[in-house]
Amino acid sequence: MRRAPLIAMQVGVGLAFLILWHLLTAVPMAGGKPLFDPFFFSTPLDVLLRTWKDLVSGELWYHLGITLTETVLAFAFGAIGGIAFGFLFARREILANVFDPYIKAANALPRVVLAPIFALWFGLGIWSKVALGFTLVFFIVFFNVYQGVREVSPVVLANARMLGMNERQLLRHVYWPAALTWMFSSLHTSVGFALVGAVVGEYLGASAGLGYKIHEAESVFDVTGVFSGMLVLAIFVIVIDTFVTAIEKRLTVWRPSSGTATAQG
Amino acid sequence: MHAPAEVRGTDTPAVRLSQVAITFALKGGGTYQAVRDINLSVGANEFVAIVGPTGCGKSTLLNAAAGLLKPSAGGTEIFGERLTGLNARAGYLFQQDALMPWKTAVDNVAVALEPKGVPRAEALARGREWLGRVGLAAFADRYPHMLSGGQRKRVALAQMLIRNPQILLMDEPFGPLDAQTRQIMGNLLLELWAQDRKAVMFVTHDLEEAIALADRVVVMSAGPAARIVGDYPVSLPRPRDIAEIRLDPAFHDIHKAIWATLRVEVQKAYAQGEGGKA
Repeated sequence: MRRAPLIAMQVGVGLAFLILWHLLTAVPMAGGKPLFDPFFFSTPLDVLLRTWKDLVSGELWYHLGITLTETVLAFAFGAIGGIAFGFLFARREILANVFDPYIKAANALPRVVLAPIFALWFGLGIWSKVALGFTLVFFIVFFNVYQGVREVSPVVLANARMLGMNERQLLRHVYWPAALTWMFSSLHTSVGFALVGAVVGEYLGASAGLGYKIHEAESVFDVTGVFSGMLVLAIFVIVIDTFVTAIEKRLTVWRPSSGTATAQG
Repeated sequence: MHAPAEVRGTDTPAVRLSQVAITFALKGGGTYQAVRDINLSVGANEFVAIVGPTGCGKSTLLNAAAGLLKPSAGGTEIFGERLTGLNARAGYLFQQDALMPWKTAVDNVAVALEPKGVPRAEALARGREWLGRVGLAAFADRYPHMLSGGQRKRVALAQMLIRNPQILLMDEPFGPLDAQTRQIMGNLLLELWAQDRKAVMFVTHDLEEAIALADRVVVMSAGPAARIVGDYPVSLPRPRDIAEIRLDPAFHDIHKAIWATLRVEVQKAYAQGEGGKA
């Protein structure tokens, strides 16, 4: 599909949703009242106005900044830890075998239950949220890097060894790029989870951040505030995802994209 | 068997397999003997082709010469020295794609010099030069997936040759290519080989390709426990053109003689259901 009509249709879906929402909550019906009570469902105009107000007053930027910081830190620490341990376990079979049940158990644990404990340990500031995000990101990156190093093509490896590469050179030219490939393929998921960790942590106990803002609005039945927070969160995710896609494109330039056919002959 | 260096004359074979047998342990118990009683010498300037039916252990033999596989019996000598570990004097051209997909063509070639301690700038310059020699100067900055199968083989060939190994081990390197590309690649290989005549072990299932390229054709029996059942010199004049040499009457005579041996083994392999590939 061509780009322009596609975008037009994407915008169309959004507009249709907003118009429907508006008709149901803001336009008086037969009884003089709208079909849905705005107290429970708010109205699109109210949500947009509130978001605009928060943006202009600068309050929103502060919360956004906190959430972004937590997300970035959670992702960075989780990725570093995941890469280090993924490599170590893939190259030292014995470690992988010994720790296997514990890693599976830790990964199966719903991380949300850890949030209060992290709040207890690290306080209500950003670090308890970073810790929560870390536990989510770490396992995704860990499993992907582990898999990536284990599944290096045996032919590429044999060829590199026949070229005379030592362990260090193999690590640099073969294992590391292979592991990164797998990590990048999970980049969207892991960045998403870093954000989930941050927002859920804020939601459960914090004094700043988008999750905190949404929670605060909920506690006073401010539906407009909740929807406004969700809207900002959604836009934030799309912006981050665009950014990640750009990085991914840059770093995986060597990979065949599904669209391009290989040259023949 | 450690031959003192000074005894090594010009007639010391580059590769010598003596009484080699290779047995694999099968998953779920049991063993599979791929080859046995292999005695094969490849001279320092000799181009030897190894043919045999599918699954006869030709590649296994090559892996033994490369040091990628340890024989369960017998030994491998490289220029008179017993091989332990990988064969550092050999280059290996694989049948499958073996290039690092995350490196451009020139990086793939240049990286082969890194273990030799060549500085990166020089390695890159020499890598470009080698890509020129295999006719890919314009494709140096492409990634493998942007190249055709034949072009990738050229990169792999440059990657192997840039290290200047004394022995070339090739495992059906042109197998996946189409007929015309195979001819072009065969001629390119002969042209590059003629410059310094390294020792070559060239595995193929294509008898015509074997005769067109080699000084000697070794025939292996159907597996399991494959042996060498024939060893034929190819005294066709060089330089050769792969396509034209096939029209030579002498080519036909050699082909006829070798095929008489090979056909029996191929039929045996088919009777066993494609040679009982392990």
